This record gives sequence, structure tokens and C-alpha cells, in this order.
Amino acid sequence: MVDATVDAQVARAPAPDDRLRRARAAHLWLAILLGVTAIFSLGVGATDVSLQSIGLKLVTGEPLTQMERVVLWDIRLPRLLMGIAVGAALAVSGALMQGLFRNPLADPGLVGVSAGATLGAVGAIVLGASLPVAVLAWTGGALVPLAAFVGAWATMVLLYRIATRRGQTSVATMLLGGIAIAALTMALVGLLIFRADDLQLRELNFWQLGSLTGSSWDKLMIAGPIILGALLLANRLGRGLNGLALGEATASHLGFDVQQLKRWCVLLVAAATGAAVAVSGGIGFIGIVVPHILRLVTGPDHRTLLINAALLGATLLIVADMISRTIISPAELPIGIVTAVLGGPVFLWILLQRRNVVDL
Amino acid sequence: MLSARNITAKYGRRTVLHDVSLTARPGALTAIIGPNGSGKTTCLKALTGELEHSGVVALGGRDCITMQPWELATLRAVLPQASTLAFPFTVIEVVRMGLRSGAEALDDTIPLAALDRVGLAGYANRFFQELSGGEAQRVHLARVLSQVWHPVVEAEPRWMFLDEPVSSLDIGHQLDVMRVARAFADQGGGVVAIIHDLNLTAMFADHVILFSKGRILASGPPETVIAEELLAEVYEIDETVRRMLSLAFELRSAPGGPGTHKSDKPPQSASAISA
Repeated sequence: MVDATVDAQVARAPAPDDRLRRARAAHLWLAILLGVTAIFSLGVGATDVSLQSIGLKLVTGEPLTQMERVVLWDIRLPRLLMGIAVGAALAVSGALMQGLFRNPLADPGLVGVSAGATLGAVGAIVLGASLPVAVLAWTGGALVPLAAFVGAWATMVLLYRIATRRGQTSVATMLLGGIAIAALTMALVGLLIFRADDLQLRELNFWQLGSLTGSSWDKLMIAGPIILGALLLANRLGRGLNGLALGEATASHLGFDVQQLKRWCVLLVAAATGAAVAVSGGIGFIGIVVPHILRLVTGPDHRTLLINAALLGATLLIVADMISRTIISPAELPIGIVTAVLGGPVFLWILLQRRNVVDL
Repeated sequence: MLSARNITAKYGRRTVLHDVSLTARPGALTAIIGPNGSGKTTCLKALTGELEHSGVVALGGRDCITMQPWELATLRAVLPQASTLAFPFTVIEVVRMGLRSGAEALDDTIPLAALDRVGLAGYANRFFQELSGGEAQRVHLARVLSQVWHPVVEAEPRWMFLDEPVSSLDIGHQLDVMRVARAFADQGGGVVAIIHDLNLTAMFADHVILFSKGRILASGPPETVIAEELLAEVYEIDETVRRMLSLAFELRSAPGGPGTHKSDKPPQSASAISA
């Protein structure tokens, strides 16, 4: 090519449209959105405790009633924080899985994490009573979440072992192995359901549909730090996941330790999803819908995608939770139903609207 | 200096590379040629550490196996034969991935210059997946270029390993890309490229390594390696090909031609072929 032409082309070339800059600006907007939604959700609930009355009392110095204090401090606040943690964990886990599998439809459910958690939880519900009294006393009310977390971890570690040979993890083997393990796990769950009595079936059903009902400071103190730690570490994988989009060999030529990257992905997804599913049951769609929306709006760069996914995931989950506890108030709809009802059509709508981009 | 000693590589139980040793020097364009399935790509994958192999590959006197991925990435960039991309990145976003972690991603001087170098100025905001095969290949070359933008850093040469960089390009862009590789070598960097086109090899390469059945059959300046008897042995070569090649050698030495390599004797054009 002649040099003069090159110069002319450089002069004509527009400045690159900076999606990265826009995606970074989105951190702020999404954080504000989360903050506003969070404050709003504190004023919503089955009982008649409104933010206005509490705010007024805080300004005038009038003490809160016992009722207001309990509702706000012991019920709504831990539940809100749990919603933020779980929403962020599910959305970021989804983004990590999609980056690892290089596929926008991947999700933690795909590699058996959710199935493992379900087996743990169902096992605890159905067989819990036959455990030694000492164990029951030690775990207290946390038996089901604890069992779910262990179940999630056990399946992920097993799967990682199966897919790793001579220090190299095959993502394809992991995917296929995950399907096999999930099938096996769900068969065991079926067997346990077959053994369960009516009361256990009801508890089990509620758990499988997902809910933040049982949120307490105690549970939050266990799940919160695990999820927070996982999210902070996940944020460091962004560049590596971008490289991985070009394939494992190229990522390695770009200077990334691909095996380490894969190991961290698996580890963090197991921790974050395990903790989230343990305290809230099976909540679907957040992990797929949130990263997908963000990719369409701000691009696929994982350096910003992971942070934005955490913020948007948290926001959407507390919105879903607000709906779940008010729509048939005073009863509660399992939140998994709400996310599926909201997420499914939104997902389809995006697919149809942006078909040309989605095809890419 | 790139040196590989006693490289043997297998796919399963089948040995595809038999005890191969070679060297390539910085400041030169080393072309790997040979028929399909002769072990060229396998050799390149062994040289870049992508494929498990026995033997030692050393870059600048250091065994590559002892180097961390990030260390290697500062020394050399690799263009694979085919690349896929998982998510809808734009062209500029793909090229930026070549930048080192320390580089500020918002400074696009090098990525834009690299795009310009491969004839894709103005493509920065296009979606990668909307490009044609040849355009996509040149985007990847731009990414490779931005990874090793300066051919020599602190007296240490950097390297480009290119697996069929021109295979899906039209003739004009084939020449462009070969000139980019040539310029990188002329500025002191090292280039190792698998090239199918013997004419381009004759025109641009300083050193040619001819593979056949997983072994190196010949190695040396293009005039000696791209010689009739040798090629007849590995390719099914006829009179037409012979004439095309002699033309390529003539082009090389013609005024304004691409190739005057410093140390070698003036190309003996047709005589090398018909010798």
C-alpha cells in the first residue's frame, strides 16, 4: 500500500467508539440505581412500616417503635443485604461461566453446581432428622444451607478432577461431565423425594423454587463474606477472560496462565454460587439474563462486565424480591418464580430485538 | 536467536515431528515451507509451546519452558492459522488485547497504527464477526503487531510466529502482509512464518526450512532450498511451477523489489532453479 493512501485513511478514520469508557461510566449509574432500589425496598413489605414514617422519626428524633425496629433491623435489612449478595453472586457466576465456556448461554447450572446444592439441601431436609443429635445441635437451623454449600462444592471439585488430566483442564469435558453429574445428582434427588413425607415435600418444594424468606444476620454473616471475597477475586480475572475469548492457545500467547485462570473461575463460581444457592435456593435466570443485557449495552469486555453484572444482578434480585413479598401479600411467592416470569420474556424480547447482534 | 533442538512431537501415538532441530536469527524472515501434513504447523506449535514435545526450544538463549507465559508474551507474539472469537468484540477491542497489561487501554495509538499497517484503517468500530475471512485474519495480525510493536526492545529482539499469515488473502493483501513481516525483520525483529506460496517465499524470505513427512529436508537461503530437484521430491512440481518460481526470483532482485537481504549473495534468480 502506498504511504500517501495510508495517511489519508488515518486522517479519515473516526476515533474508536469507546465502549470501554461507557461501560466504566455504567459502574456509577448502576451503583446509583442499586442504592435507590435498596432504599426503596426497605419501605416495602407485608407489614405497614413505611420509610416516610421512619425517616420522619429519625429527623425529629422521635424513637422508633419496637415493631418498626424489628421489621427494619431484623427482617428487611438482612433480607435486603442477602438479596444484594445473592443477586451479585449469581450474575457474576454466570458471567464467569460464560467467559470460561466461551458461550453466552453457559451458567452455573450447566456444570452441576446447582444440582449438587439441591442434592445437599434435599438430603438435609429428608434425612436430616436421622442425623446424630450432636450434629443437629451444632448446625442448628443452618443444616440445609450448609448441606447445600457442601453439595455444590463437592460436585464442582469432582467435575474439575474429572476434566483435568496432566495439569490441563478440558472445558469440553467439564461441560459434558457436568451434564452427566447433574443427571446422576437429580436421580438421587428424585430418590430422596420419593422417600420424603408431605411436610418435607413442602419444604423441599419451597427450597427448590428459591426464596430469601429465611434471611437473618446469622446466615448473612456466613454467606456474605464468602460471596464478597469471591466477587473481589473474580474482578481480577477480567483481562484473562477477554483473552480466553480468542481461544485457550491465543490467551496463553497473550501472556495469561490459562490453567490458573480456569482453576480460579471454577473455584470462585463454586464459592459464590454455592453460598448463594445455599441461603436462597434455586433462583434462575439472573446468571444468564444480566450478563447478556450488559453485553448488548456496554460490550463484552469482562473487565467492566463483571462489576456491572454484580451491580445489576443485585438490583434485579431485590426488585424481584420486592415483587415476591408484596404481590400476594401477606403470603410470599417464591422468588425463583418471579425471576423466571420476569427473566424469560425479557430474555426472549432481547433476542428478538437484537437478533442481528445476538447472532454474532 | 531462536533455537530448537531435537524436537519430537506426537498426536496420540503417531509421531508427526521426528527429531527436528532448527535455528532462526533475529533480523531475518525465516519461512517454513512444505506440503500439507508435512509437520509445519506442528513444528510452529512446538516452537511456541502450544504442543507438548520433547527437546528444547530456546529464545535468546533461555529455555522457553522455564519462562512464565507473561514473560514469553513480551518476547513473542503468535498468529494462529485460524482463530475464533467468542463474544461480539469490535475490531479495536480485539487489537487492544495484544497490548501488555501495563499498557493503558484507552491509549489507542499502537492498535490504530497496527490496523493501519495491515490496511484496515477505519475498521476500528466494526464488529469482528461481521468481517470477511481475510479481514479477520488481518485484524489478528494487527493484534500480533501491537503485542510486539517495537521489533527490538533494550537490545533484545522480539519475535513473530505466523502460521499461514496470507492463506486467505487476495494477492494485494498478501504482498502487504509479507511487507509488514519483511519490515519487522529489517528493523531487527525475528519472524518465523509458515508460507504455502513458494513465490512469496522466494520473494521475501531470508532463510527457508523445507519440511517433508515430519522432518526437515533442507534448510538454507531461498535460492538453494527452492531448487528444482528438492521441490520435485516433495511437491509434485511441473514446468509451469518452475517458470513461476524463476519469475519470483527475478522480481525479488528487480528495482523496487522487496528483497535485498544484507548478508547473502545477490540472488541468482533463474540459475538457482534450473541448476
